[in-house]
Amino acid sequence: MSESVGLDKVIKSHGLVRAVDHVSLSIQNGEFFSILGPSGSGKTTILRLIAGLDRPDLGDIIIQQRIVTLDPPHKRPVNMVFQHYALFPHLSVYENVAFGLHMKGERQANIQKAVSHMLALVRLQGKEKRLPGQLSGGEQQRVALARALVNRPVVLLLDEPLAALDQQLRQEMQGELKRLQREVKATFICVTHQQDEALMLSDRIAVMHGGKLLQVGTPQEIYDRPVSSAVARFIGLSNALSGTIVSCDGGLCRVEPNGLSPVMVSCSPHDSLQGAVTVMVRPERVHVSSNMSANRYDNSLQAMVHHVAFSGNEVVYHVRLLGGAIWMARVPIAEAQACPLTVGQQVYLQWWAQDGLVLPSQSPPC
Amino acid sequence: MKRMPSSFILVSLLVMLFLYLPVVILIGLSFNASTMGVAWKGFTFQWYEKLAMDRAILEATVNSVVIAFVSTGLALVLGVGTAIGLETRHGVQRAWVNMILLLPLVIPEILLGVSLLMVFVLCQVHLGFGTIIIGHMVFNLPLTIVIIRARLRKLDPAWEDSARDLGATSWDVLTRITLPLLRPAIWGAGLLGFTVSLDDFVVTFFVAGPGSTTLPLKVFSMIRTGMTPEVNALSAVMVVVSMLCVGLSWFLQQRSAPASSGSSYL
Repeated sequence: MSESVGLDKVIKSHGLVRAVDHVSLSIQNGEFFSILGPSGSGKTTILRLIAGLDRPDLGDIIIQQRIVTLDPPHKRPVNMVFQHYALFPHLSVYENVAFGLHMKGERQANIQKAVSHMLALVRLQGKEKRLPGQLSGGEQQRVALARALVNRPVVLLLDEPLAALDQQLRQEMQGELKRLQREVKATFICVTHQQDEALMLSDRIAVMHGGKLLQVGTPQEIYDRPVSSAVARFIGLSNALSGTIVSCDGGLCRVEPNGLSPVMVSCSPHDSLQGAVTVMVRPERVHVSSNMSANRYDNSLQAMVHHVAFSGNEVVYHVRLLGGAIWMARVPIAEAQACPLTVGQQVYLQWWAQDGLVLPSQSPPC
Repeated sequence: MKRMPSSFILVSLLVMLFLYLPVVILIGLSFNASTMGVAWKGFTFQWYEKLAMDRAILEATVNSVVIAFVSTGLALVLGVGTAIGLETRHGVQRAWVNMILLLPLVIPEILLGVSLLMVFVLCQVHLGFGTIIIGHMVFNLPLTIVIIRARLRKLDPAWEDSARDLGATSWDVLTRITLPLLRPAIWGAGLLGFTVSLDDFVVTFFVAGPGSTTLPLKVFSMIRTGMTPEVNALSAVMVVVSMLCVGLSWFLQQRSAPASSGSSYL
């Protein structure tokens, strides 16, 4: 696989704020690449830099092995789907989709063929004459996709493509996006602040915070081995405990949390961790029960049930640890019904050493 | 919708009466057969017929329309350009450029007229069509700029971005996106400017020369020799035309901002 888009030590400031701070990235041809981060983390700026709508202060943008840093947008084989679609309100669906080809001076007959082919691909036949204002949110979204893809871009940029849609439509469009990508065989770069969306759609994910790239990897890598507590929190790992490393050998760390009994966390043998750390445990890996279950788990902490949330196929227990921190434990519905817990009840939280993560705690939390 | 209290309705009616009664009386008298005074002597169209035969009035009408067309057209070209420039180029000078541009709207018209006349005399410019057109542009231009800028601020910058992303040059963006989206506002500004120019008396009075009499000047000179029903008829026509233009202008601007709360400069 060859590189489709590259960013080389790119810096971009908006006034005094560093929107993008020394970001280097290499995105492969045909990849579905997501940039994940909270709002204001600089992810949209990266898209605008790739599209050519903004210029970097420093660094280079490379598309298809060509440095395009100073090229205007119309000289780049890139198209973008904007956050609120930015469909031209005075042009019909057909004219919106045809706009790009028109600008390139294509022949009318070719434009007609390409546009109707693209409208069929996004399932919008018969709506050619409508104005954007007469379409539903999902339809507008598909017009925006068609308008970008009809130009046969090497790279398609998507800025929060599903944010404006309701839950059901969003799931539908996720499948649609993957299908479209298979058919047009372009590189898709998608910006989102929804971790489940990024995990589901992407081949690789870049996690951003405060203009900096925190981690790049496959969804599995990022989910299993986040490099910092900021990444871990962003990927849905909410149970954290800060403490100090007491000992660390043979891939097993012993961490003493402030004021609580020590916990054991497995770590990779080449991690050289010491001092202040954060221990994180996935909510679905925490076992919660009213009595110590035969003591077979590596770790056990006392806590009190703070809140019980029912969510269809599982129950989420919010529990307060002795130190005051709130943890979450996801329990399958059948298990929760077998021995129900009530608010205020004393419980034990138990988990295996290999289900915990130990991370240096100097990185800022999200 | 909540019902308005009756006292509110009463006050509104009184205000409307205060504003429009003179106009209604004027239009009514223009159909009065009496040659003098306000006593009703029967319905007639004769003053309108006389109006249509009066060469001097027809000439003044043509003058007025030509002047309104040219000054509004020039003001639109300059105003749209200025508005786009002001909205897209951000800089420190914007604040006071803004103020200077809008000043003619608040300067008393009589001052405007006198100062324009002094400049023309100083520069030895021949008074006539040219000077009236320039005079009218002085108030037409800021009017246009205000209206166009209000609309420009409602345009989503993402439209321009996406057009550029789709391969449009700056010129394409202007001709295919910005101007079409401004069209209702341009029509609105044009109609309003046209009306103001058509009705202007004070500035025109100072900068007009022989042979360039406009309708308001003609009405003024007719009144000086005595109030005739012909003047009533002429005024009635002018009122109706002005109201139609302003109404159309308002309608177009309402339509141009369907998403907004409907606030207008008017």
